[in-house]
This record gives sequence, C-alpha cells and structure tokens, in this order.
Amino acid sequence: MADNLALLFDAPLLIVQLLIDGILIGSIFAVAAYGMALVWGVMNVINIVQGEYVMLGGFIAFQLTLWGINPFLGVPVAAVILFLLGIGIYYGIIRRVVDKDMFISLLATFGLSILMQQLMNQIWGSQVRTAQSGLSTWFLFDYQVTVSQVKLVAFAGALLIGGLLILFLKRTRLGQAIRATAQNPRAARVLGIDTNKVFAATYGINAALCGAAGAFVVMAYSVHPYTGLPYTVRSFMIVVVAGLGNLPAVILAGLGLGAAETMAGFVLGVQFQVAFVFCLLVAILVFRNTMLGRKRRYLK
Amino acid sequence: MNGRKQTVLAIVIALIALALPLVTPDYRAQIALLWVMVLFAMTWDILGGQTGYNSFGNVVFFGIGMYASAVVQRDSGLDYFLALFLGMGLGGLIAIVVAAIMGSLVLRMRGHYFAIATLGLGIAAAELAAGWEFIGAGSGMTTPLFPGDPGVQYLFFCYLFFGLAAVVFCLLAWLYRTRFGLALNAIRDNEDKAEAMGLKTGLYKTVAWMIAAFFLGITGGAVGNLLRFVDPRDTAFAGPTYGVWMVLMAILGGKGTLWGPVLGAVVFHVTQEVLWTHLLGWQRVALGLIIVGIVVFFPQGILGWARERWPERFGHKVEAS
Repeated sequence: MADNLALLFDAPLLIVQLLIDGILIGSIFAVAAYGMALVWGVMNVINIVQGEYVMLGGFIAFQLTLWGINPFLGVPVAAVILFLLGIGIYYGIIRRVVDKDMFISLLATFGLSILMQQLMNQIWGSQVRTAQSGLSTWFLFDYQVTVSQVKLVAFAGALLIGGLLILFLKRTRLGQAIRATAQNPRAARVLGIDTNKVFAATYGINAALCGAAGAFVVMAYSVHPYTGLPYTVRSFMIVVVAGLGNLPAVILAGLGLGAAETMAGFVLGVQFQVAFVFCLLVAILVFRNTMLGRKRRYLK
Repeated sequence: MNGRKQTVLAIVIALIALALPLVTPDYRAQIALLWVMVLFAMTWDILGGQTGYNSFGNVVFFGIGMYASAVVQRDSGLDYFLALFLGMGLGGLIAIVVAAIMGSLVLRMRGHYFAIATLGLGIAAAELAAGWEFIGAGSGMTTPLFPGDPGVQYLFFCYLFFGLAAVVFCLLAWLYRTRFGLALNAIRDNEDKAEAMGLKTGLYKTVAWMIAAFFLGITGGAVGNLLRFVDPRDTAFAGPTYGVWMVLMAILGGKGTLWGPVLGAVVFHVTQEVLWTHLLGWQRVALGLIIVGIVVFFPQGILGWARERWPERFGHKVEAS
C-alpha cells in the first residue's frame, strides 16, 4: 500500500492516468445517479435495483454482440428494453409500495435486486462479461498515459444523455408534469396531472438511463450478475452528496467519486476497491449526519 | 392471549423442542438451524421491530462472532469445548464493542439513511474480511472437527441453540415489559417526542443494538462450528442471505411483537427446507419473489393479520357497531 503511494509520487503521470480513468467512469456513475435522484425526488422511493438495471443493460448489449450486432446499438436497445421493463415493474410492484413507509419500498426493491441478480446469473452465467467495441486506445506522453477511445465515447455519451434529459424535463409536457409532481404530488393531482402515469414514466426513464449506462459499462469495463449493488451504492452516495434534482452537482459528484475510487483502488489494491466504496458510503452518511446535528444545535 | 396462556404455550413449545431432535435424528442439522433462524429474527426485532430502526447490517455481529470463535479455536490450542465457549464469549464481547462504536456513528441517522448505512456496513465488513490475511482472506477459515460422531454433534448444537433461543426469548419477554421496552416503543412511535419527554434516545437505541449484537455474536461463534466453514461473503457476513432473512422472518411473523419473529422464523425455515432442494439454482429467485410478495401484499405479518382478524383475542376491546 505504501509502495503504491510512493509510486504515485515518483510518477506524476500515473496520477494523470488514474484521474482520466476515474473521470471517464465517473460520468457513467452520474447517469445512473441522476436516474436514482429522479425516482427519489418524484416518487420518494430509493431504488435499490438501480445497479441490477445497469448490469441488465450491459448484458443486453453483450447479447447483441453474441448475435454479431455492434454493441453501440446496445445503448438505445438496452434503454428501450429497460424502459418497458421499468414500466412493467412499476405497475406490477412499485405502484403498491409508493405511498407506504420508505422502508417498505426499500425492502421491496432490495427483493427485486436479489431476484434479478439470480435471473441474470441463470441466463448469462456467472462469468465476468465484456463486449468488444472495436475501438482502439490512444497513447499519450510517450506511451505513459493510455486513453481508451471507448471510455471517451462512453463519457461523451453520458454527457449527451444528461443533456437530452434536461431538455426533456424542461421542454416537454411530460417533463413538466414530472417536475410538478416532484414539487407537490397533491397539487399536481388537483391540477389534473395523472400522477400514476407520471410515476410510471419516471420509473421507466430511470430504468432506461441505467440500461444505457450499463451498455457503456459492458463496453468500457465489464458486467457480472452480482456486481450491481456497488452501482446502487455509488448512485446513492452521489445523490446524497449532490442533492435531489441538481444535475451539475450530480455530474461533479459522479466524476469526483470516479476519480477517488480509481485512486483508492490503486493505492489500497484492487481487492479493497469495493470495500472502499462501502466504507465511503458509511463515512459520507456519518458526515452528513454530524453536519445536520450541528445545524440542529441552534434549535436548542 | 393472556400471560398465563402464553407461559403454558412457551412450556409446551419448549418440551416439543427438547423431544424433537431425539424423535427425528435425521433432521437434527435442520432443527439446529431452525433455532439459529429464531435467534436471528428475535435479535433483529429488538431494534427493527420494537425501536423502528430497520437494520440490514446485523449480520456484521454474526460474522464477528464466527471469526472470533474460529480464531480462538485455531490459535489457543485449548480443548474443543473450552475453545468453543471461550470463542463464543469473546465473539459476543467484541460484537458488543463494535455495536457501541457503530451505534454511536449510525444510530443518529433516521429511517432509510440508517437502513442504507447498515447495508453498507454489512458489505464493507465482508469485503474487509475478504482482504485480511490473518483470518484467511477470501478463502475463509475452517473450524476444528467435533470430537464425537456427527449425530452427537448435531444433537449438541440443537440443544445449544435451543438453549440460547430460550434465554433470549425469556430475556426479551421480560425486557419488553420493563421501562426499557416502553422507551424503545416510544422511540419507534415518535422519536422527537420521546426525546422531548427526556428520554436519552441515543443511549436506549445503542443499548438495544448491543443486546442484539451480543447474542448474535455468540450465535455466530457456534454456527461457524456447525457449518464447519467460515467464508467472508457466503456465511460470515452473508448480507444477501442471512442479513435479509432476519428482516424477512421478523416481518413475516409480525414485527414489533414477542412471538412474531419466532413464528416467522419457523414458518420461513420450514418452507425453505421443504422447497429449497427442489429449486436448485432458482433459490434466490424464489427468495426475491418471497421478499417482494411479503413486503407488497403482507407487510403486517402473520400476527398483525391475526390481530386484525380477531382483535378480542389480543386483548383489544371491540365496539359493536
């Protein structure tokens, strides 16, 4: 661990390398996190299956490559399939827990996540899967820094998806209805918005975002049936740090998390990278709570 | 049910429990696990049901007990039983300390933040254990062989876990009737009001978690020897199985009641033992379906449902309308 740290100081270009890798993957985290923020803000549901949707999106793109189709087509295909799946799951399950205690919806989505993990394991097996995108890698600074083009495309794709989402939320009627419901569901209902449909659309859009993110993940990194939960936790952390419905902050937090995680993975060793994610989660929640506690002192 | 009937019921159940492993020697391992499940559900319910703090991370204490006991048995060089009991006790004590530390950090959080923080703690513990060489890292540890034949081993663990479950049950039955139990319920019903009334809510919550942690640590210490294998992700800090089962069993039986977790654990474990072997590879799919089904359609649990159905049997007065 100390050796790795010393290595960082000896070779500053390595830091550049880690930062580039981290920021590129951070953009994918940000997309999934924005979906979670949307569902959380509009429906008051914390969606634990988030990570499994990401993995499913990845597996769909992987399946396309098995059939000889370019995995980039997997981005829209996975988004559409997951949109439909999300709407189905909303009408089947989420609709019944949306107005209940938050723990109930937490547990219900947790159950869904266990269910989907095992289903993906049955369908695609428990190997780590990647899809070959056919893009090459750039070498900079005398081959000391590598930038894989597919990660760059994923980064651009994530930004594009984020931009489209903002346009959708600002300009279309459905987007306005979603924002209105987030502000005050009761008032929205009074004004004639069918909040049930808005919820379904929101949940579907969230699943679609995750699916698109997953298709990038399978090209740039890898997917596995049981590695969804870290994505859920990353999304949750980003939302807790950035707040609900603040897209620039979500992107910043996502990129920061990606960079921090890649650095930690290098310094602590890869076997502790997942542990780092979960420890960071606890640390962020404890920090948030002490800050809230400090605010509360004024009331005393 | 009034107190006297409950006592009679408890004694009848205890007699059946004592006789069962002698009558059906083939099922001793399953019966021992049944009591482990009952312990899981009862200890989860102290904080989850009575205090309203839904923890996904109680499995941390279980895993700590498991590892503590395995390390003592490996390094102390003592006789099997002595090392086992020493390890169980040590596991319980470490679990208490960890619960006090973790409690002071995360028990101030409310609702879903607490639930997710404990979920994170559970997985972080598993990942850290999987990277720690001293306790075998990712490949886990094996526990020593029981001196004596397997039948006797399972009989020993049947009675050990039954004894533990009985102690916990009696302790909780007493605890929930004291001021302490009332304070826990007050925190569940309205924490701000409870605090305004002068209850030291943080202290009550932490102590409640420490009680759960102590017994989970002890249980874990013995379960490691029953399963003969300690794996960081699959047995010790098994969030997706044991960690979720705890919650599920308590909710299935009716959380926030004394008998609910016991009932839920028995129903869940028997269903599982009957169905699981037929569902090879699909067990987790079934588990996911069960979770969703129970949470969506049956959140009040068996006892909660019975209370709605026959309120007069639970001591509630019903006005004729």
